[in-house]
Amino acid sequence: MADRKRPGETGETGPGQWSKGDIRDDELERRRRELEASLAARSPKGLEGEEKAKTGSLAGYGQALKLSSEFIAGIAVGVGIGWMIDRLAGTSPWGLIVFLLLGFCAGVLNILRSAGLVAGFGQSGRPADPKND
Amino acid sequence: MAADKVDPIHQFHINKIIPIDIGNYDLSFTNSSLFMVVVVVMTGAFFYFATSGRGLVPSRWQSTAELLYEFTGSMLKDAAGTHGMKFFPFVFSIFMFVLAANMFGLFPYFFTVTSHIIVTFALAMLVFCVVIVCGFIKHGFGFFKLFVPSGVPLILMPLVVLIEVISFISRPVSHSVRLFANMLAGHITLKVFAGFVVTLSTMGAVGIAGAVLPLAMAVAITALEILVAALQAYVFAILTCMYLSDAVHPGH
Repeated sequence: MADRKRPGETGETGPGQWSKGDIRDDELERRRRELEASLAARSPKGLEGEEKAKTGSLAGYGQALKLSSEFIAGIAVGVGIGWMIDRLAGTSPWGLIVFLLLGFCAGVLNILRSAGLVAGFGQSGRPADPKND
Repeated sequence: MAADKVDPIHQFHINKIIPIDIGNYDLSFTNSSLFMVVVVVMTGAFFYFATSGRGLVPSRWQSTAELLYEFTGSMLKDAAGTHGMKFFPFVFSIFMFVLAANMFGLFPYFFTVTSHIIVTFALAMLVFCVVIVCGFIKHGFGFFKLFVPSGVPLILMPLVVLIEVISFISRPVSHSVRLFANMLAGHITLKVFAGFVVTLSTMGAVGIAGAVLPLAMAVAITALEILVAALQAYVFAILTCMYLSDAVHPGH
């Protein structure tokens, strides 16, 4: 069985093996397309305008600045809130720790949101789904 | 600036032109204030003269003004719908101010207003406050629906809402940092490359031959900076539109 998987070795059914491989590739391709379609159905519609030009190094540079600023903003705001709570309530360092982690989450959420992978504010995460509640 | 030392940060230095101190506050009229006034006056003058003709067949100036108007209008309508058109004057002012400030900053020896984070942060906070105030006026406590994504289990709700609130508060920060960082980075890069030209050309014939490369780079970066200046003004405006759209209809 093992040598059948290598078409170059036996040479007896070379073309047949190739066509089998093609069929397997087709199958994979079909599945991949299905996955892509279902992923596209699940992700929200892309933000308008900003995402129009995605190619080119300039766009990449802009994207990098955008995403990093989103992430840093989330963390900075989390730290700021935690620090203020600590100052007001005297719970140092717990407020800072908890809100740093929450800010980290918010930063990741910001990134996903600006990359168009998560729905915007006040929307459900899966717009393709029918309403459950 | 010193003769042979090129300082890329020097261009962002704030000088007092007319020192004014009221109480403990320093309200001096600085070069930054001067350029803000210049930007506002030039933009105002442009629109005053461009719209003074009001021809049915627009002149070149008038069609430029109409182009800007329609561009901003369609941007706002796409992002916030027809209800969002109430905010048109606000968005248009912000867009024109940022665009003109970015463009003016590209002239040699001019001061770039938007390369200071306090200016962009003030603009972003203005947008943020407008969103909150208008959201509350229009929807009352229904505005809080913005922080409650539908279809989240009840147990996770406090955590998710907290994260959403932090994410919401972080918007003016990222909104301002993006514009500021782009302008700052672009101007520093330009200055560094221009500095290479000056430094290399003091090294005799070989240096002058070598200085051609950074010179070409500086020219290319200048073109890139014009693009970035326009693009960042556009991005700032479109983000403003998207945030305002949350104020107009939270929950969608």
